[in-house]
Amino acid sequence: MRLIVVTLVVLLLATSVGLGLTWATATRGTDLGTITIGAWTARPRTGTADIDPYSRASIARSGELPVGSGDGVMFIASTDDNKRALDGRCDVVVSGVTPAARFWTMTLYDPKGRLVANALQRYGFTSQEIVRGSDGSFEVRIAARSRAGNWLPTGGLDKYVLALRLYDTPVGVATRTQKDAPMPSVTTVGCP
Amino acid sequence: MIRIAFTLVAGVVLGVIVHLVSVLALPRIASQDAYARLEPLTKLNAVTQLPATEPGNAPMPFMDPAFATAVCRYDLSGGSIKLTVPVSQAYTSVSFYTRNEVAYYAINDRSAGRRVIELDLMTPEQKAELPEDEDITAADRLIIVSPTPSGLIVMKALAAEPSLMSQAQAALTAANCRVQTEPPAAPAKR
Repeated sequence: MRLIVVTLVVLLLATSVGLGLTWATATRGTDLGTITIGAWTARPRTGTADIDPYSRASIARSGELPVGSGDGVMFIASTDDNKRALDGRCDVVVSGVTPAARFWTMTLYDPKGRLVANALQRYGFTSQEIVRGSDGSFEVRIAARSRAGNWLPTGGLDKYVLALRLYDTPVGVATRTQKDAPMPSVTTVGCP
Repeated sequence: MIRIAFTLVAGVVLGVIVHLVSVLALPRIASQDAYARLEPLTKLNAVTQLPATEPGNAPMPFMDPAFATAVCRYDLSGGSIKLTVPVSQAYTSVSFYTRNEVAYYAINDRSAGRRVIELDLMTPEQKAELPEDEDITAADRLIIVSPTPSGLIVMKALAAEPSLMSQAQAALTAANCRVQTEPPAAPAKR
């Protein structure tokens, strides 16, 4: 009798520990092969045949197609530089320069990777359409209400993520630090 | 006391095994992966244009709305595939994914180095069957080997500004993806 109870407890524990870990790693991801620069993270290895099993599981679960490494690399920011979650009701400024790339795009998604509807039909910027300062740097203002300059609407979502994709770029598996890849800063400048 | 400790240790050890097995199995059992999402929208061994990415109609998460996208869902069991993608004005790329979404190869217009990206896609067996002919190895044809017999080819053309989207889409409508019925060696002889 006691053996049966012990066995049942062991099996229950094993199932909850095992599937719980799998769920956590598949939804939140792991730090395997992750580059973190400021608020931005990328997993360039997901775009190659050397992808790790955790990233494979997470891609299979979300249903996305990773950017191939011969195409480019995708950086994601879900917080600002001070680790504060990006809030669509606040004003967030993304400013600075981007790493060397032939083109880049910056896109705003909800946490599940869906575009956010807005009347302007503006979901992001490409490197070609963005308005820059005389030194080549740019400033994107992300806010619920319209702003001057490069305004990216949030639709008032309480949480969103930014994706910065670099196309045809030397940034990749060998990239480590800000020096290799100068990423723009992400700052929350004001909340209502 | 010992029994409780044993129960905990055995549970955690077994749990780690369950975790590893389920992580490795997830790509095979996931029913809503990108291939499954694209399957009802795309034709087999032909190019299908996806509509412009907008809120509500994107088949997959994290699609780049600045790009026109076309997909060729392939199955190499009937023969190798010939893919031709004309290069658009700004930036064009072609990415290859296995049935389980491993991005095993990607190329862009600049690394292809000409106005049309031309590729042959085949299984390792089909590549081994290619005659060891000087002409073929010397021909500047790009041969890609697919690790799985089926998978996805995703063609993307950048619309650097929203007004250029129709141009980018038009460039992709000229893309072609078809099964080569005759052995790929034949056309190389001129």
